[in-house]
Amino acid sequence: MADLEWPVGRRIWVATLIVPPLAFMTAFVVMPILSAFVYAFYHWEGLKRVDFVGLKNFTDVLLHEPWAPVTWRAFSHNVMVFVVLMLIQNGVGFLLAYALSRQLPGHRFHRVAVFLPVILSSVIVALVWKQFLHPVFGLFNKVLSLAGFGTFTTPWLGLSETALWALTLVNAWHWVGFPTLVFLAGIQRIPPDIIEAGRIDGVNEWQLVSKIIWPLVAPSATVTFILLFIGAFNWFELPYLMAGVEGSPYGSTDVLGLYFYRTAFGNQSSGAQDFGHGSALAVMMFLFVAVISAIWTVRLRRREIEIA
Amino acid sequence: MKALKTLAAALAAATMLVQPIAASAGELKFWTWRAEDKAVYLDFFKDFNVKNPDVKITFEAFEPQNYPTVLSTAMAGDKGPDVMMVRAYGAFEALAKPGYLLELNESNVPGITKFPEASLKGETLRSDGKIYAVPFSTQTMLVIYNTELFAKAGVKPPETWDELVEVCKKLKAAGITPFANGTATAWQNETIVSALLSSQLGKQFEADIVSGKADFTDKRFVDALGRLNDLAKADYLAPSFSGIDYPTMQQLFSSGQAAMFAGGSFELAPFLKANPALKMDVFASPVLKKGDERLVGLYLDGGFAVNAKSANKADGIKLVNYFASKQFGDKFANTLGNLSPVPGVQFTDPMLGKVAELNKQNMSYLMLVHFRYQEPSGSVLLQSGVQKMLAGKATPAETGAEITKGIATYYAPFKK
Repeated sequence: MADLEWPVGRRIWVATLIVPPLAFMTAFVVMPILSAFVYAFYHWEGLKRVDFVGLKNFTDVLLHEPWAPVTWRAFSHNVMVFVVLMLIQNGVGFLLAYALSRQLPGHRFHRVAVFLPVILSSVIVALVWKQFLHPVFGLFNKVLSLAGFGTFTTPWLGLSETALWALTLVNAWHWVGFPTLVFLAGIQRIPPDIIEAGRIDGVNEWQLVSKIIWPLVAPSATVTFILLFIGAFNWFELPYLMAGVEGSPYGSTDVLGLYFYRTAFGNQSSGAQDFGHGSALAVMMFLFVAVISAIWTVRLRRREIEIA
Repeated sequence: MKALKTLAAALAAATMLVQPIAASAGELKFWTWRAEDKAVYLDFFKDFNVKNPDVKITFEAFEPQNYPTVLSTAMAGDKGPDVMMVRAYGAFEALAKPGYLLELNESNVPGITKFPEASLKGETLRSDGKIYAVPFSTQTMLVIYNTELFAKAGVKPPETWDELVEVCKKLKAAGITPFANGTATAWQNETIVSALLSSQLGKQFEADIVSGKADFTDKRFVDALGRLNDLAKADYLAPSFSGIDYPTMQQLFSSGQAAMFAGGSFELAPFLKANPALKMDVFASPVLKKGDERLVGLYLDGGFAVNAKSANKADGIKLVNYFASKQFGDKFANTLGNLSPVPGVQFTDPMLGKVAELNKQNMSYLMLVHFRYQEPSGSVLLQSGVQKMLAGKATPAETGAEITKGIATYYAPFKK
């Protein structure tokens, strides 16, 4: 019981350091999560809690019309976004990090340029890209036409075939600087003599990247993979800002975050606020993300040790 | 422990500070989503104070998108305003059903039953048939057109659908985009249906839907959607319409790049604000054949309600009585350019007068009035259905079937 020996002043000092953040976290993180758990078991009328309905809200959103088809469609979009972002956001991020680590001329400028979009607010990114992709005034289609690809111009955000991919690419553009930075830090931590040794042994560039650098940046990969996973399944801002809360056009950009939001809080086109089903969705999103990322983190950590 | 106690005390003190002080007699808190109308409302309150000099009203406005959430949260926590603007239909019921609003009738608001039935319906709780708010304005779905562009192409406002198609053809030949409408903003797919197709659907269709005699697979509905689809296929909507969002539509029309805008009467004021030189006029949706009844789509925007738990109900009732007076209605209509349903209101703006005239032959703005009470709302289904159909991904018949299927999950007459 070493703490009994602490002088009173020190104890108060420690308490003042711990208590405010603890109270804050309890009030604004733990309590809302716990109350969402409770809310999910009730039927709601507006903001009025009515009857305890057990697991009904959960089975509704997973199994029954009209909720289930929307839930699964939104979920499949989250999965697609996650897979594509793994390739183009984390993949390109790794390649950029490797290129930057080579310290080619101008690498300082490029390091800033790659990271710059990350510091922009999503609202600005959404606004700018909505303008770029605008079918009439948009820069993107104009450039395509000028370059002689006029037949490829299309209302990118208006077609169900392209809208989700356009949003995904914008997201990758916005965030690619983050995995780049993490991978770059990982690469720079590799002792130079290891790479030197490899070069002396005559490995080619591909072998260097795939057999030496990639395994040694495994801790960076863990961080970027898990954060991307969490981000992809909680995706909300960009689709909300660029495609609207309905996931326009006709649900082709609908993701779980949007579905949760309009179920719980309603919108202009539906009077109903449904906290019961909304909370059930939120709880399941939370559990899914928490459980999968926990399992995956453990596996990725094990991988770090295995391949290090 | 002492530190903890101090902290607790500080927290308690802070909570007490943020507790609102309940309005006492002579004070009213008024909530709205119309921040832009603040000056006009302060003027209304001055009028009200002429007869009620002792009542002090504070005006508070909230962002429109979040207003329903803010209001219902406040009401649930007994922190709501004394008098407030409420929406109509489903969003209104979300407030009235839990008992947050005071019932209004002839005894506390004399004359309220004289309001047009269509407007009262929006503020009546379906389960008890009682009225809970004084309606403040209706909105009309119609076609707004640019008179100069029509003259340039040598066309006149059409009466029948075939004439409309002819007008579009001539405008297009003259290098003018016929309709500014696009489909990228979901709710604009609902307004275009009401603005263009109401006359083809007809009042009987509405009655049949409500009684359950017909659903949205009905020939009248499917054929009307088909004609809208043909307009889109013939390229009479905005170029690349599937990517054209609401602000772009407004720009295309107000800048004179497109000749028509199928939408709500609430567009008129912003169009003039964006381009004061714009010459425009309105017409109701074209009929299928000459002699059919020509209809606009009509709905109630919202009303003024009194908090059932207000500490100052007496003054609140006085205020909504003022909101139900012709004095208020005239001023509300002519300063804010809104179609007040207060009986006997005179419109000084000729355009407003014309819309009021068109309103005499109306059917409901269908999905808002009848199917925005449960999920999936008829509006959401119609919006995504029409968006999908106009993109060429569904036929009109499939669209009607999809809408019927969605509504049937909670609407007994559609369950077959």
